[in-house]
Amino acid sequence: MTFDYLVQQLINGISIGSIYALIALGYTMVYGIIKLINFAHGDVFFVGAYTGYFAAKAGLGLILSLILAMVVCGILGVLIERLAYKPLRNAARIVILITAIGVSFLLENLGIITLGAQAQGFPEIVTKSTYTLWGDVTIDSIQIIVLAVTVILMAVLQFVVHRTKIGKAMRAVSFDMEAARLMGINVDSTISATFAIGSALAGAAGVVFAVMYPSVDPLMGIIPGLKAFVAAVLGGIGIIPGALVGGLLLGVVETGVQSIPGMSLWRDGVAFGILILILIFKPTGLFGKNVREKV
Amino acid sequence: MMGKKFIAVTAALTVTTALVGCGSKATTSSSNSDTIKIGTNLELTGAVAAFGQSQLNGINLAVEEINKAGGVNGKKIEIVSADNASKKEESTRTATKLITEDKVDVLMGAAISGDTFAAVEVANNKKIPMLTPSATNDDITFDSKKNKLNDYVFRACFIDSFQGKVMADFSAGNLKAKNAVIYIDNSSDYSKGLAKSFKSEFESKGGKIVASESYQTKDTDFKAVLTRIKTLNPDVIWVPGYYEEVGKIVKQAREMGITAAIEGGDGWDAPQLVEIAGKDNLNNTFISNHYTAEDPDPKVKKFIDAFKAKYNTVPDAMAVLGYDATFMVADAVKRAGSTDKEKVKEALANTKDFEGVTGKIALDKNHDPVKAAVVLEYKDGKQTFNTKVQP
Repeated sequence: MTFDYLVQQLINGISIGSIYALIALGYTMVYGIIKLINFAHGDVFFVGAYTGYFAAKAGLGLILSLILAMVVCGILGVLIERLAYKPLRNAARIVILITAIGVSFLLENLGIITLGAQAQGFPEIVTKSTYTLWGDVTIDSIQIIVLAVTVILMAVLQFVVHRTKIGKAMRAVSFDMEAARLMGINVDSTISATFAIGSALAGAAGVVFAVMYPSVDPLMGIIPGLKAFVAAVLGGIGIIPGALVGGLLLGVVETGVQSIPGMSLWRDGVAFGILILILIFKPTGLFGKNVREKV
Repeated sequence: MMGKKFIAVTAALTVTTALVGCGSKATTSSSNSDTIKIGTNLELTGAVAAFGQSQLNGINLAVEEINKAGGVNGKKIEIVSADNASKKEESTRTATKLITEDKVDVLMGAAISGDTFAAVEVANNKKIPMLTPSATNDDITFDSKKNKLNDYVFRACFIDSFQGKVMADFSAGNLKAKNAVIYIDNSSDYSKGLAKSFKSEFESKGGKIVASESYQTKDTDFKAVLTRIKTLNPDVIWVPGYYEEVGKIVKQAREMGITAAIEGGDGWDAPQLVEIAGKDNLNNTFISNHYTAEDPDPKVKKFIDAFKAKYNTVPDAMAVLGYDATFMVADAVKRAGSTDKEKVKEALANTKDFEGVTGKIALDKNHDPVKAAVVLEYKDGKQTFNTKVQP
């Protein structure tokens, strides 16, 4: 096992990890505001991928496809929130969680009915070029693009949450929904905005995922969605930089497991093993503080 | 024209009245009804839907031709189609439903080995002859663990141990490969079967298997394992999987600079493979298959023309096998002289000198056809004929 080999595997891990991170950002945002694990998030991701697929087929380039997918998914996210979650705003948390799973199945099966269950090849919209860093170590343009898109979107998100008025409203709602309402904050539109942003990120992730692994099908969001959930919990659910670090870490660990001969089938087992360990030993995630209840 | 239509309408009405009239007697009426019912248990949705869809097209074309020529023993063939969603548990359910609810005379399908296995027990228990057009796993017809023949199960395609052997011989002979890496779909009976026969044959020819790796259906990222394979620098990578994952493996391998020959079996044969992998990336890849559209045989040409006229596309191996399998069933029913399950079973087992599009088919004592395979090479995304191998 040479140094070059390790660096190459690290690059592979970061490239899959940055996609997990991009999806995890959406999970974490929605959880941060209304404490809902939105299990339909992985299916919004598939809608994003298909939007990108049709946009690319129509001849749009990467940037336009990406923007279109983000817009479509943003609207879809708001619709899901308004139709499925808003009527249940004061219901028990478990009821909303079950609804989220229901929405997930609904999207998947609507996808199968309208788009067919077969995988479709994704058109090549990015000319892929491979760069040799040194020796045998290579990185390709798509790996760079994915990482760049993830880091940029995370930076924008940090800015929105901490520097803008809507961000301030989000933080207020997440802190105490009732108090925020009393202070004149429009809670409903704040929550809608959160869903719009989170779902737009899933849409972006769907497009870059389909560019990197060129096929789309209606069930493509299930596994990446689950992995992103693990990533979000690993980094600390509700914490934006945590999603990035959790995603990258998960990608690197998965790739690391596979890079050992004979261990390639252990990848998913290790990923979900991490989830269990985190939930047992540090349920708040790597970046989370241990909050003690004051008595 | 009017006369024909009138007869058809009357016939349809008679069938309907017969079915409605029978009610509780339906169980016994199927063997002397006016149609021969073939139940197709195929992958119409799900991971390998391209196979099932294509196969059903071939079957429907065959049925249309048979019925146009007057049917079998004066009876028309009727297809009862069921979708197993590319899932084993669904396949057991659809097979049971076709037999118990639709009262079919013969079962056809499934397209892939895993789903076919799931229906084998059903066919044996209910004593209904079952013919799979394309399930290639050796144990489908002859259970090697129990050392027992599955009496009611037959197939129209060659078996995996033959397919794996063909490609191992091709690698060691035509490509002069010295070492190979095996990269299989660990969740597929088909993939494991092909890997086994490739390994033993390649090693017996003096080749060396330098690594065996696995993935799972629905995986998307193969870079970690491919990076390791690259360091081993093999002459050949043997990837006997299905098109969706194989397409991604080929693409990712080529992009990271792996130039070795990549080989597989008939599981690659779907148009989606070219879309997913990309034309250029498929250069220097080889597969074994049941037939090639380039075959100059007039029988093949006639079939391709008919298929193109109906579906406006060139038939793949799945379509051809579906077509051949349907004629095999029709042939057996004709020789049996009725749709009696035992007689059809005996007739199928005695299939000899059957002229199919994929070649002359004779079933051996294990209910497996003995026939040739072709090796195809992808050139700019097109399958080109490389060599034909006799068993």
